[in-house]
Amino acid sequence: MDGAFSDALVRTRRFFTKGTVSADLRTLTKTGGRGADDFYRDRWSHDKVVRSTHGVNCTGSCSWKVYVKDGIITWETQQTDYPSVGPDRPEYEPRGCPRGAAFSWYTYSPTRVRYPYIRGVLLEMYREAKRQYGGDPVKAWAHIVDNPLRAKAYKAARGKGGLVRATWDEATEMVAAAYVHTIKKWGPDRVAGFSPIPAMSMVSHASGARFTSLIGGSMLSFYDWYADLPVASPQVFGDQTDVPESGDWWDAGYLIMWGSNVPVTRTPDAHWMTEARYRGQKVVVVSPDYADNVKFADEWLPAAPGTDGALAMAMGHVILKEFFVDRETPYFIAYTKKYTDLPYLVVLDPGGDGTAYRPGKFLTAADLPAHAGEENAHFKTALIDSRTDEVVVPNGSLGHRFGEAGAGKWNLDLGEVDPRLTLLGSGGESVQVELPRFDDASTSLIRGVPVRRVGDQVVTTVFDLMLAQYGVGRPGLPGAWPASYDDADAPYTPAWQETVTGVPAVAAARIAREFAANAEESRGRSMILMGAGTNHWFHSDTIYRGFLTLTTLTGCQGVNGGGWAHYVGQEKCRPITGWAQLAFGLDWLRPPRQMIHTAYWYLHTNQYRYDTFSADTVAASTGRGLLAGMSTADVIAKSARMGWMPSYPTFNRNPLDLADEAAAAGRPAAEHVVEQLKSGDLRFAAEDPDSPENFPRVLAIWRANLLGSSGKGNEYFLKHLLGTDNSLRATEAGDGQRPREVDWHEQAPEGKLDLLLTLDFRQTSTTIFSDVVLPAATWYEKHDLNTTDMHPFVHSFNPAIAPPWQTRTDWDAWQVIATKFSELAEGNLDTRRDIVAVPLLHDTPDAMANPHGVVRDWKHGECEPVPGVTMPKIVEVERDYTAIGAQMQALGPLLDKLGTTTKGVTYDVAASIDFLRSKNGAVRGGPADGRPSLKRDVHACEAILALSGTTNGHLATQGFKTLEKRTGTRLHDLAAEHEGKRITFADTQAAPVPVITSPEWSGTEAGGRRYSPFTINVERLKPWHTLTGRQHFYLDHDWMTELGENLPVYRPPLNMAALFAETPVGDVGGAAVEGVTVRYLTPHSKWSIHSEYQDNLFMLSLSRGGQTIWMSDKDAAKVGVQDNDWIEAVNRNGVVVARAIVSHRMPEGTVYMHHAQDRLIDVPIAETSGKRGGIHNSLTRILVKPSHVIGGYAQLSFAFNYLGPTGNQRDEVTVIRKRSQEVTY
Amino acid sequence: MKVMAQMAMVMNLDKCIGCHTCSVTCKQAWTNRAGTEYVWFNNVETRPGQGYPRRYEDQEEWQGGWELNKRGRLKLKAGGRLKKLATIFSNPKMPSIQDYYEPWTYDYATLTDAPAQEHTPVARPKSLISGKDMKISWSSNWDDDLGGSAATAEHDPVLKKVGDKVKFEFEQTFMFYLPRICEHCLNPSCAASCPSGAIYKRTEDGIVLVDQDRCRGWRMCVSGCPYKKVYFNHRTGKAEKCTFCFPRVEVGLPTVCAETCVGRLRYIGLVLYDADRVLEAASVMPESALYEAQRSILLDPHDPEVMRAAERDGVPRDWIDAAQRSPVNALINTYKVALPLHPEYRTMPMVWYIPPLSPVVDVVRETGEDAEKRENLFAAIDVLRIPIEYLAELFTAGDVAPVDGVLRKLAAMRSYMRDINLGRDPDGAIPAAVGMGEEEMYDMYRLLALAKYDERY
Repeated sequence: MDGAFSDALVRTRRFFTKGTVSADLRTLTKTGGRGADDFYRDRWSHDKVVRSTHGVNCTGSCSWKVYVKDGIITWETQQTDYPSVGPDRPEYEPRGCPRGAAFSWYTYSPTRVRYPYIRGVLLEMYREAKRQYGGDPVKAWAHIVDNPLRAKAYKAARGKGGLVRATWDEATEMVAAAYVHTIKKWGPDRVAGFSPIPAMSMVSHASGARFTSLIGGSMLSFYDWYADLPVASPQVFGDQTDVPESGDWWDAGYLIMWGSNVPVTRTPDAHWMTEARYRGQKVVVVSPDYADNVKFADEWLPAAPGTDGALAMAMGHVILKEFFVDRETPYFIAYTKKYTDLPYLVVLDPGGDGTAYRPGKFLTAADLPAHAGEENAHFKTALIDSRTDEVVVPNGSLGHRFGEAGAGKWNLDLGEVDPRLTLLGSGGESVQVELPRFDDASTSLIRGVPVRRVGDQVVTTVFDLMLAQYGVGRPGLPGAWPASYDDADAPYTPAWQETVTGVPAVAAARIAREFAANAEESRGRSMILMGAGTNHWFHSDTIYRGFLTLTTLTGCQGVNGGGWAHYVGQEKCRPITGWAQLAFGLDWLRPPRQMIHTAYWYLHTNQYRYDTFSADTVAASTGRGLLAGMSTADVIAKSARMGWMPSYPTFNRNPLDLADEAAAAGRPAAEHVVEQLKSGDLRFAAEDPDSPENFPRVLAIWRANLLGSSGKGNEYFLKHLLGTDNSLRATEAGDGQRPREVDWHEQAPEGKLDLLLTLDFRQTSTTIFSDVVLPAATWYEKHDLNTTDMHPFVHSFNPAIAPPWQTRTDWDAWQVIATKFSELAEGNLDTRRDIVAVPLLHDTPDAMANPHGVVRDWKHGECEPVPGVTMPKIVEVERDYTAIGAQMQALGPLLDKLGTTTKGVTYDVAASIDFLRSKNGAVRGGPADGRPSLKRDVHACEAILALSGTTNGHLATQGFKTLEKRTGTRLHDLAAEHEGKRITFADTQAAPVPVITSPEWSGTEAGGRRYSPFTINVERLKPWHTLTGRQHFYLDHDWMTELGENLPVYRPPLNMAALFAETPVGDVGGAAVEGVTVRYLTPHSKWSIHSEYQDNLFMLSLSRGGQTIWMSDKDAAKVGVQDNDWIEAVNRNGVVVARAIVSHRMPEGTVYMHHAQDRLIDVPIAETSGKRGGIHNSLTRILVKPSHVIGGYAQLSFAFNYLGPTGNQRDEVTVIRKRSQEVTY
Repeated sequence: MKVMAQMAMVMNLDKCIGCHTCSVTCKQAWTNRAGTEYVWFNNVETRPGQGYPRRYEDQEEWQGGWELNKRGRLKLKAGGRLKKLATIFSNPKMPSIQDYYEPWTYDYATLTDAPAQEHTPVARPKSLISGKDMKISWSSNWDDDLGGSAATAEHDPVLKKVGDKVKFEFEQTFMFYLPRICEHCLNPSCAASCPSGAIYKRTEDGIVLVDQDRCRGWRMCVSGCPYKKVYFNHRTGKAEKCTFCFPRVEVGLPTVCAETCVGRLRYIGLVLYDADRVLEAASVMPESALYEAQRSILLDPHDPEVMRAAERDGVPRDWIDAAQRSPVNALINTYKVALPLHPEYRTMPMVWYIPPLSPVVDVVRETGEDAEKRENLFAAIDVLRIPIEYLAELFTAGDVAPVDGVLRKLAAMRSYMRDINLGRDPDGAIPAAVGMGEEEMYDMYRLLALAKYDERY
């Protein structure tokens, strides 16, 4: 030691301690006598540990241990009891993340909503009105909302404090009165419900959805609205989204993380990626910033934001050239012939001036004399058999999926047929085709394709068109082709992409080559893990089609360890069939109303009025002018009246009254509606959204934070929907820019909504604007079910404590509301008939309504309005409004009669209903007499499990047997190993339980393998749900042609400067507001999940503790901003006040404001507006892509959350300015 | 030889995703209470970065740990015990609360209670120290994901040592995460600093604890710990620190931070060491020899002599068995891929780290070559994004050779396994190039990649 005296000093320690001082005097050790440490031992002790998880907007689906001591929730740690995935792979434990680990803070936090609240000014009016009307709640509500002054008084107070406590009785009575009055006066489709992502808490989602559906209200979609729906998936696969579980990343030999920051947004799964590297997996990251995942990558390609499509196209160019043309790779050729539309024939249309042709429609059996008379001939596509050189019509297309003749033929078995991929060298003739380009829209590409004449039609293959589109030349073909990879002027060479993305050409080419070479060697084990960074753009469907081209050309789809791995938002509800029956009340009444959310708010928050450009702005130079002169609102109205997309409110009249009229006129509802539409007496509400009879009137939100999270165009919501203060700065469209077929009101309405009801456990940006806030139970206070696409297990929520204070579970709360509603319906509504307009649906024969995807608008005289063909189906439904409460609480009789149907397969569920009657008990008396009970949340859990193939082996096997009749191939053995397995709620309480392979999904887990989508398609020759039955590179719908998107193509981000006449990105000081103009991106946050948690004290303590915007040191320097300075972000949509995080890891010209930072936490008053700063979505708005509202044609047909316009927000720009560092609140 | 057993941890930084789940679960379990608001027994730092408390690694400033005096004898850097005694009432060498951070909360209740008013209600930050409104300007994790910053680089003691190897340019950005708990040192300077004898190592497992009854709140331990992992509870007036979750470990559960680690990168295990040689090992010169010196006092639990000595010294049979199966021992001594954090503090820390490998290939990429190809593999190590000198300053007192050796092993493992992954014949030359056998490399792969629960703990 350091000295003799010290030694002596320390030696004395021996006399004062029971411990042992080390011989060298350095330290002290001690055995026993440790009572002093009891504090820590006590702190660790607890009374019980309860399994639960977190129930919305999170893909994790992690099972947690919630610790309880003395009846108080103390904290949580992760469960580690997932069933093993096998001895040679990493396990799922311990899934979790810091957000989840901090959740228990909410239970007792000061932001907890403990009691029902109502805005004081409204409650006073209501009490007063009730007194005035003899205690009649419905009349009282009408008295308030039907009077403009009274209505304005409480609507203008929204969001400005003044919430007062109410009782459950009073609050639910007022809510029920609002529902009754609205349905009676305006119609049930003026009521809407919003709650996203059922997979994460199916029962909680189903609670309000069931009520909304039973009364005839509209459930609003979420997947498309969140812009999480990759529209390319229905386009290419005919499927909403189906992806590998994260455990399958392990199987990949090559992994590109593209726009998905895995450590932050897939925290529980990220370990698969870090571990698979040790198995020799190569990892590449494409990200504009040095994101968290770049740390793990072997290569980082920092493509400029929004240009990912260009990189993908160049990679496609390399793969097509090197693996298809220079050398024919046997695995790729065999795969694409069998599983893609590459060999299918497309008719070329002569160009306008007789020079270049343009790609047209798929050649179908209807074009072939030998086949023209067949059933569904327009939906049977054709190719050339290289053995005979004859045109043949293979099995498995849409035309075989429905109808008698197709039975047993809907499969991918080509028999002896060997499809010809290219027509080159088989006859010699070739023509030039004109293809659009968007990097320089003033020109187009003229490139040659080999052709054949079939009858009087000139045809080529999709493959030949792909080579033309990608610029891969072959000797003997006319047209202008790239000279080499180094040709920077010609799309889509590696050198060309470098000019767009900034990624070195040599790197792009090499990554493409490696990706394909790995796929060749491993037979398809190359994977692209993609996410919101590339999926939230206006043109994301084109970006994704570029990606899917890479994974499909290389035979990676339907292969474990390969293909696309899209993770944002969908979060697979594995027991989907059972959930859907409960959520949409399909056991009592069909059809439900299901609305495309983006279009709903685009119209009803009046964002369409601020579109100063027309819909054909996004059309291609090669288009025919189909969108010319139309506004986007016109496009939506057209889609609605043609039955392509749903539209609620549907008509400019109460559908209950419409049914009465039809009855009075003594004719069927459909006939009456058609007659009224033709005469012009009845119109679609979408044609006049600003007329009071077409307003949305009641909106209920639970498990969601519309105004703090997903509401693109937040300030438009505040102004037009809610009628309260806002910071909207945009200008309305001028005379020449307004819609033609949608009525324009000189004065835009403000405060359309009469009631905003929110159920939540915490105060959010939505609750503080709500008229009524009901206190909800947290995830640790109820029973529910949880699944995800990231793992194959179903597991449970269980209450660690009973809901404290006056909180209630969603299931309980909505039953209370329903019961109250039924009481008030007596004498006000009773039993009414309702006319429901239903769009043309995917996975039904509706998908064959429009041969060749030709636009036919009855309103323009292009056809007759025929329900279910050229316009929506018109279905009459009888609703006993006095029985809603009873229907909520029991499984209805329609299931006995109609069974359940998912993705075209119908199941007989009689045995499940008998089981549930015993398991849950039967209801005695009343409208639901004898039906299985759904009174408690546990009953609902049991019903979901019993009614789904993934959790009931008997149904899975039955479904496969049903499907076998159509495909003629063997399938049911996939589920046979589990035929006797029935997962009950108790099983999910014990541990996460693996699900059963079922026709509800496209992959198989049979034999305990990892889930990968489309493995059933590939291995069992089951067609994809598309026109050809194969994966589509080519889309031939009229509007796809109009947008120049028949084939994969690069489309740059929207040019906001041009659309809205503003300063371009990079400009400093020239804007309306002094500052630097930058691209504005809103990626997911490390410190919050997008509708939760940004107020969590732990998360705030680990981050910067309030709203922040990340910017590059270079941009910061331009406007004199230092790290942690207060700044304002200002654009036409609104104003944000935040603190800057300045970092060199950000690229110049781009800022990030992470998603869903509520305006509740440390947000000062903005200098720019004089009002409270906004949220991330204060700077965004809705922009609808016309091709997203295509419907009624093959895979481009509507299904809820399957297809619809995306609520994209990535293309936005903003000005960043430094503000005074003195802030006020 | 005096054989003692020590619970130790290895964290594989190459797998750390920087999620902070460990910090949150630890905080919730242990320091979520009055007096410890600012305390994170477990924290995660983005490197480069200043850390928590900021610049704790600057021992010129804080005087933590040990140093050798002129005669080559070990002494506390903050001064001998006489000096400690003399300054017992005014300990100047402590980070202030501002160096940790001023903890805060928000007036959340106003969101519900706000009367009708002009603006939407908002919850403002309030100091948990003073109760007053504040502008948040520092936290336990302020540097998160910055990858360092030109503005703060001059305050970073590690960066100072590596000079111009680190530039704060977009193209050169790098970062990685460093989770930290108490090191449960073999030669704890906190214990040696305590005038009250309140800090002790548990005889059976070496966990370093503060005796809450004996602690008099002198805070010399706070100064003495170079990792700044002893904290002062301002409510009780006593020191508190990471307990290695002894109430869990005693019943066979891993620590909270380890079990909840989503990256699955923490290993816990027992090592045996020769207590008689600690002082000698902690006193070697030069500093770069400390890594090997520290490793050398860890005993081979398979050595019959060690086993006999252990039994003699009271280490139970099943503990010897545990030491033999210890993943920590394997990573430190068998595969030699784990390194101690700042061995130059001479405290013999017992939380070791596998340095981060990735990303490797930026420079090679520009040549158009595939850096993952075998022939390019080791060349790529030389052009790591993370300067190897930076890692060496953290783990080997500046000696790049051991760090280089670890990274080569990791890279070789990937290359070797790629052949197996793709069904090719494995190439024994790859492990041989880093001095490993094929089976040994495969075993290391299983421990690092599969990392099953039973094998991590």
